[in-house]
Amino acid sequence: MNWMLYVNAFWVGGLICMLSQLLFDTTTLNMGQILTGLTVLGGILGGFGLYDPLIEFAGGGAAMPIISFGNSLAKGAITEAERTGIIGILTGMFELTSTGITSAIVFGFLAAVIFKPKG
Amino acid sequence: MAKKKLNPKQEKYQQKVKKYESKPALFKNAFQAFVSGGLVCLIGQGFIDFYAAVMNLPKKEASNPAVATMILIGALLTAFGVFDKLAAYAGAGLSVPVTGFANSVVSAGLEFKEEGLVQGVGAKIFSLAGPVITFGVVTAFFVGLIHALIR
Repeated sequence: MNWMLYVNAFWVGGLICMLSQLLFDTTTLNMGQILTGLTVLGGILGGFGLYDPLIEFAGGGAAMPIISFGNSLAKGAITEAERTGIIGILTGMFELTSTGITSAIVFGFLAAVIFKPKG
Repeated sequence: MAKKKLNPKQEKYQQKVKKYESKPALFKNAFQAFVSGGLVCLIGQGFIDFYAAVMNLPKKEASNPAVATMILIGALLTAFGVFDKLAAYAGAGLSVPVTGFANSVVSAGLEFKEEGLVQGVGAKIFSLAGPVITFGVVTAFFVGLIHALIR
């Protein structure tokens, strides 16, 4: 087991969350806007191929935050476009993010159906 | 919050209070977000290694079931009403990782449940998470387009 990866996952993931919290506390942005911004940032970093090295370095610390979602969208589009041409942008968009979106829809729907709203 | 017009005296008082009050809160919030965000990512890494070992997957693919597990955990915490209590401490530490994505989907679903399964849950489930997907996809579209054109 690679313990250094766990150390890096902790501080990189923590740092991303801390910076988001500081942004939330010091600006008028709400959390929805911050998460949207982070996703856009992830897409741009993904376009330059800069986010994958961070995932390599920090594992879950980079793969769990929402930035990773933007990165995966961009990477899916780019990879498929390289393989099949420009139409690949459309066919590859959700190739890597399918897990997140599908599980959020299924678990979200079931939870909303089964459980009662609280508070 | 709407900003009320304050008279100069009130404004001075506000500034004075802010000096003493908001700084410690700022540090406290940042610290708590760091620790809890780090912890969530640490758990995520644990699931990545777990699935890599159990399902014999390469690390990159093991993050898929790990993300799904974290989403399930976020959804359950929200459904049981625990998420908000934890988030009161963790702040961005819980909403920036995928757990927050799950929370936004489930909380929207529960909130609009009374409007029905189709018009309520079905329609509103992405009322909070939707912007993330929309802006993410539009960004990725242009990033992909530029990439394909300059290649």
